[in-house]
Amino acid sequence: MEEKILDMLADLCGDEIVRENPDIDLMEEELMDSLDWTELLVWVEEEFGAIMSPSEYTREEMNTPNKVIAQVKKRLEEQNL
Amino acid sequence: MQLFGDTYFFIIAGLLAVPAVVFGVKEKPINIYGFCVTLFFIIMTMKSRPSAIVWMAVYVALQYVLVRTYLSVCVKYGRNRGLYWLYIFLAVAPLAVFKITGLTGHSLFGFMGISYMTFKSVQMIIEEYDMIIKEVDPFEFVYFLLFFPCVLSGPIDRSRRFHEDFTTVHPKQEYLDMVGTGLFKIVLGAAYKFAAGSLIYQLMIWYGLKSTFTSHLIYMYCYGFYLFFDFAGYTLMAVGMSYIYGIRSPENFNKPFLALDMKDFWDRWHISLSHWFRDFIFSRLMMRSIKGKWFKSKLTGASFGLIVNMTVMGVWHGFDIYYIMYGVYHGVLLALTEIYQKKCRDFHRAHKNEKWYIAVSWFITFNLVMFGFFIFSGRFTQILGISW
Repeated sequence: MEEKILDMLADLCGDEIVRENPDIDLMEEELMDSLDWTELLVWVEEEFGAIMSPSEYTREEMNTPNKVIAQVKKRLEEQNL
Repeated sequence: MQLFGDTYFFIIAGLLAVPAVVFGVKEKPINIYGFCVTLFFIIMTMKSRPSAIVWMAVYVALQYVLVRTYLSVCVKYGRNRGLYWLYIFLAVAPLAVFKITGLTGHSLFGFMGISYMTFKSVQMIIEEYDMIIKEVDPFEFVYFLLFFPCVLSGPIDRSRRFHEDFTTVHPKQEYLDMVGTGLFKIVLGAAYKFAAGSLIYQLMIWYGLKSTFTSHLIYMYCYGFYLFFDFAGYTLMAVGMSYIYGIRSPENFNKPFLALDMKDFWDRWHISLSHWFRDFIFSRLMMRSIKGKWFKSKLTGASFGLIVNMTVMGVWHGFDIYYIMYGVYHGVLLALTEIYQKKCRDFHRAHKNEKWYIAVSWFITFNLVMFGFFIFSGRFTQILGISW
């Protein structure tokens, strides 16, 4: 699952740096914007069936690849998926 | 009495803050007292129009019923889109009726704060649909909607954030820090609004009303700065006052005139509003469009989303032509920013930390922003002779 998420992030950001530095700030570095963000949420829903709301997380809670992975994992556990 | 508007308010608010501070320092909950103060201020500001108080009470009760019953609907029917839209429609209906009847000059159900309260209840319905709100306490809900510092002009808090402060009794030292920060914000806000804002307003009246090009320019820049100091001043006072009642209302401005592009500007200006639109309209519209594959190109989709989003924001200000133009203007500018940053991505990234690039970006953004306020002021369409 982590691999899949990293693949998706690399695709969205158009940059393999997400693998090299999984603690990079995606917003600060302008790798992701609000639109990429929504694309990620749709993908999580379609790929894993987990619903993540766009208003649920502050940017600080999901601004690095590691945090994204952690939040998706957490949501999958909460929704027993 | 006017909220944060006259000396009378400040004297009474100062006196009424004393018991709140006593509760806070003794580590006792402030909410019930804060709610009484809220009711007092609402009645004092609306007492010349008792019918408006009745409308407000009916409105709040209606919103509570909607937000509460929608929870049960979600449990029973799950994420049903038809019911979801029905509830959104019902929650927005009073505001829509108010704004539409306002066009005729005799608005129905007008009362202080209807616009901002609508944001708060609609966002809760949306988050119930998203399954992240699972319970609604009636007292907390009414207090959240009516909380007097923010009822008139925001900032727009989120119910889940409000809930954290509402259910927390802050430790004494932390509360005292909040009071200190709060008082500082109130003083700074008053200086913004009553000193800087008023002074710039006077300049605008003295030098900006002739029908020459220079005079229009003076009006434009003065109006932009006036709007900032007046509005940011008001919200600083509102946020400061919230702190005294133990509620950390969100910040609404972050040096907007230093923005380097239009996206950056909307992360700095009326932040609670633009982020509301981002989280509850733009993101959701984009998610629908991605799922439904509405657009072949991602950039077209984004431009569509930004223009729709900002146009709705313009309409929310009112149906006057200049508000709608203001919304469309910002939507188009955001779309152009997006297109530029994507199409010229390498160029943008290569130079974004260079001084000349920063200076040019700032200059363009600043003037586009100022022109936007010029539209917003109504003066632009007045000069052109445009109206509905």
